[in-house]
Amino acid sequence: MNRVPAPLGLLAELTHRCPLACPYCSNPLALDDRTAELDTAAWARVFREAAAMGVLQVHLSGGEPASRRDLQEITAAASQAGLYTNLITSAIGLDAGRLQRLQAAGLDHVQLSIQDIDPELADRIAGYDGAHVRKQAFAASVVGLGLPLTVNAVIHRANIAHLSELVDYAASLGAGRVEIAHAQYYGWALRNRDALMPTREQIDRAMQQMEAIQARHAGRLLIDLVIPDYYASRPKPCVGGWGMRSLNVTPSGLVLPCHAAQTIPNLEFWSVRDHALADIWSNSPAFEAFRGTAWMKEPCRSCEFRERDFGGCRCQALAITGDAAATDPSCDLSPHHARLLALAEQAAAVQETQYAYRGRSTVIPFSVG
Amino acid sequence: MPEPVLPERPKLAPGVRLHFDATRNAWVLLSPERVIEAEGPASEILRRCDGTRTLGEIVDELAAVFAADRELIAGDVAEMMAELVAKRLVVA
Repeated sequence: MNRVPAPLGLLAELTHRCPLACPYCSNPLALDDRTAELDTAAWARVFREAAAMGVLQVHLSGGEPASRRDLQEITAAASQAGLYTNLITSAIGLDAGRLQRLQAAGLDHVQLSIQDIDPELADRIAGYDGAHVRKQAFAASVVGLGLPLTVNAVIHRANIAHLSELVDYAASLGAGRVEIAHAQYYGWALRNRDALMPTREQIDRAMQQMEAIQARHAGRLLIDLVIPDYYASRPKPCVGGWGMRSLNVTPSGLVLPCHAAQTIPNLEFWSVRDHALADIWSNSPAFEAFRGTAWMKEPCRSCEFRERDFGGCRCQALAITGDAAATDPSCDLSPHHARLLALAEQAAAVQETQYAYRGRSTVIPFSVG
Repeated sequence: MPEPVLPERPKLAPGVRLHFDATRNAWVLLSPERVIEAEGPASEILRRCDGTRTLGEIVDELAAVFAADRELIAGDVAEMMAELVAKRLVVA
């Protein structure tokens, strides 16, 4: 069964429940219900199987993973399986005491999301009053316990002007690493694209600033960038290649090649309730669908970059062209590239000022300061 | 970028773990969102970055392990240590 290289990372979406409602949420539009969630023992089995097949790192994510009352047991199971254990959290539901118990259970690293530097705007983006202040206190707890901290900031029209200050703020919180992640337009972000998309000028300015930001924090803060690909000329090597490096387990146990894969129609996903993880990785139709290069069409098929960017993102190809096997239109070799740029410019020009929040029936207006 | 100052008693940074990966039969450095393969001599250096050994002691041990010229080893260790410090994988 070793024809497929072993994956390195597993994203464990422990739950879709979350107190926040960020308009760029990576969860699907149709959320798994609590009653459908895998139990503690099932997750422990998934982690053991993952470690046995070569997975090295597990990312405990959601939703908000702290919404699970058994997060401590789940963390311990991941750690006991020998996995490097990373908690991806909004901080809501995690006080210092609970965090300390997670550390004792073997937690290796914490990733905290930050919405903005301005508390009021940050809370409006998150759709949760008081979130920002609690995040700040949580960061102090993480650092106080000696746990390494990454700050993740999703960048979009409402906060892109604060990019430089956001990185400085992350450094002031004691982060060793910061992810500047320009919004990626799938699921909720696609639905909110008119309210999130920055203008070309804003993106150009933000990208120009990166060098100075990197230089200012060199040797102290590691800065990783997720590119704004609607305005890019080369596609991102999405998930390091479909079914090549990582896998994603949903709250109810479906195993996906990426978190947005369920947006692609007619893919057959297998569940950890029915199959061993290694069997799913090697043999499930969804993983086979876009693995390698045999599925590619032109211009990818004969492209010199095909083993480097894998044709970009399948979900984005589908969302924009209607064909999941097409070249990601963020690539300037795609016949749809000009249309993607036009979509970005149109969305930015709309100046929509209301977000559609997940789990909320009303839209809440915001203003960009 | 300024030349990094080499730590006197280097140790792996918080959140960084050296792990033997049985599936791939290789030593790897695990850190958030990163897996770095530590090939041959690199793993020998990293296994000794425990915060108790000095840089000099690490060089002594490696010179013995590889039965190699101490000065040559010292140069290699310094070069690798500078890279590890710049990447925040090793701290003082």
